[in-house]
Amino acid sequence: MSMNTQGRPTAAGDVGESFRPKTFTGNRGLDMEEPLIFEFGSLETTGVDLDEDESAEFELGSFKRTAEIGLPGLAEPEAMRHYVRLSRNNYAIDSGLYPLGSCTMKHNPRLNEKMARLPGFADIHPLQPVSSVPGALELIDALAHWLMVSTNTSAVAMSPKAGAHGELCGMMAIKAAHTAAGRDPKIVLVPESAHGTNPATAALLGYKVVNIDAKDDGTVDLEALKKTIAEHEGNIAGIMLTNPNTCGLFEREVKQIADLIHKADAYFYCDGANFNAIVGKARPGDLGVDAMHINLHKTFSTPHGGGGPGSGPVVLSERLAPFAPLPFIRKTDKGLELVETEAATKDSEQPFGRMTAFHGQMGMYVRALSYMMSHGSDGLRQASEDAVLNANYVRVGLQDLMSLPFGERPCMHEVLFDDSFLKDTGVTTLDFAKAMIDEGYHPMTMYFPLVVHGAMLIEPTESESRAALDLFIATMRDLVMSAKRGETERFSGAPYLAPRRRLDETGAARKPVLKWTEPAPAEVTPAAAE
Amino acid sequence: MTTYYSKDHEWIAVDGDTATIGITSYAQEQLGDVVYVELPEAGKALSQGDEAAVVESVKAASEVYAPIDGEVVEANNALVDEPAKVNEDPEGAAWFIKMTVGNSDQLSDLMDEAAYKAYVETL
Repeated sequence: MSMNTQGRPTAAGDVGESFRPKTFTGNRGLDMEEPLIFEFGSLETTGVDLDEDESAEFELGSFKRTAEIGLPGLAEPEAMRHYVRLSRNNYAIDSGLYPLGSCTMKHNPRLNEKMARLPGFADIHPLQPVSSVPGALELIDALAHWLMVSTNTSAVAMSPKAGAHGELCGMMAIKAAHTAAGRDPKIVLVPESAHGTNPATAALLGYKVVNIDAKDDGTVDLEALKKTIAEHEGNIAGIMLTNPNTCGLFEREVKQIADLIHKADAYFYCDGANFNAIVGKARPGDLGVDAMHINLHKTFSTPHGGGGPGSGPVVLSERLAPFAPLPFIRKTDKGLELVETEAATKDSEQPFGRMTAFHGQMGMYVRALSYMMSHGSDGLRQASEDAVLNANYVRVGLQDLMSLPFGERPCMHEVLFDDSFLKDTGVTTLDFAKAMIDEGYHPMTMYFPLVVHGAMLIEPTESESRAALDLFIATMRDLVMSAKRGETERFSGAPYLAPRRRLDETGAARKPVLKWTEPAPAEVTPAAAE
Repeated sequence: MTTYYSKDHEWIAVDGDTATIGITSYAQEQLGDVVYVELPEAGKALSQGDEAAVVESVKAASEVYAPIDGEVVEANNALVDEPAKVNEDPEGAAWFIKMTVGNSDQLSDLMDEAAYKAYVETL
């Protein structure tokens, strides 16, 4: 028998569980401190080793570069490692629960990605002949069809790039409709519970924004609305309402609001950011909505929030349909036609103009249609139901410890807490959110909506399992109990365990550093030089 | 000199026919660290309730409203470079604007210090 007595140890030495070595690199195992690319790349090197072509003549005349461009050169593995390491410091829906309210950070099924990468969709160029892309037109048309069906509307502008751009598109259609009718109203009504971008959109178009108060239950005050309409009779262009609103509540009187607005010769713009709560359950067209953007990147599950572009098609009611912007797809006997210019429009089509150079986010269209078709109408309805169920599960799991500003009524797809449960603990909403980072969660939306003090808006989405929600609720309960026991240390400096500690927001705002500058070379003393 | 307060948390110190306007200590506390102040040009005519200045903190952007009618005489441009002053001395060195008192009757719409204190208590 032969035996290797130089075997490796099979258990750790006796140093105790809590021992942490101080490392030479400053890294903690795979948790690495990643420098800026300028700090480790060299301006003198390049990843490509080619001799200078001395025979080539410079043909761009005065465009010849006169100074060094100042970009560091890296070899491919260096560049790759840099970005992979940075990506490991990122938090994404693919790494954990992402309860950011009003953002609908749901799972993006990989099937969508597979479809978006089909060469027939992925490799088309916006400038190639329309005759060569009938499939893309058909896909856009099919998506437009289902967006109209699910909202009971008559037209859809596909090109807006995301929510706020969609708002602008919808409000421009409303403005065009007023102009076509020889009217020039100056006021847009915006309830307190609307998204913050709503008043910004109205203001950008030159409208005066008039605020409508919320009732104690967080929804629009119908009496206040009536009074305001009477006060500004004949001068109201429309209302911008978010439903379900940013308090996570369904505006039950939405139909009455729509009727009042229509009677005042005005239009109803609905912010569709929260459409995920009602897909397959209610059609905005039935509620009197004239224009609504649909965030494909939220409701129809395309990656967003640093992970990809948005896409915000706008559905339009019959009254607004003629004003849909260019380009749009027209159905003819010979198939689908892409209408690109005003010269190509018919009398019934009065586009207010064009919002983007091209036709929108093709990749998002493919993903959204893939999501719709793989779920089917029953699947989409169930997704909405599960999103609302999950939010209410979180609400019921936390309502005895945290504080609901509008009482224990059911919420929609997101649940809103205020900070009164933290009163006298010395812990703020911000501290609480930062402590969630130490627990491995992306914080919820905080301090929004403004109607609630120290708001915490949680949207779990339908993606989370019951086990994941139970762990989240238990974590939140532990944090609340800890705050109430006076363990302020856990909060006041949090996060402690993230790659970066609490950032100095004031310093960043007062003295922003927007550009990397090379640090001055360290002075070399004669002794060190030797 | 008499100081009045508005429900929007501006203070206005009236000295003859000139008024100095700023935001109250309560307001700066609610705003948190002020990072940006935008002031009107001298000569700008303001009506009561008009937006006179903008103050932005890490938490929020707010308007400072003219508590009375009048014309801007001087803006405290030192605040533009050092917005932190608003947090340090809101009711003193960090005044926002001086303006003429266009209509002294409007001062009766405002509160005195005791009434303002009582009002803040209710918030």
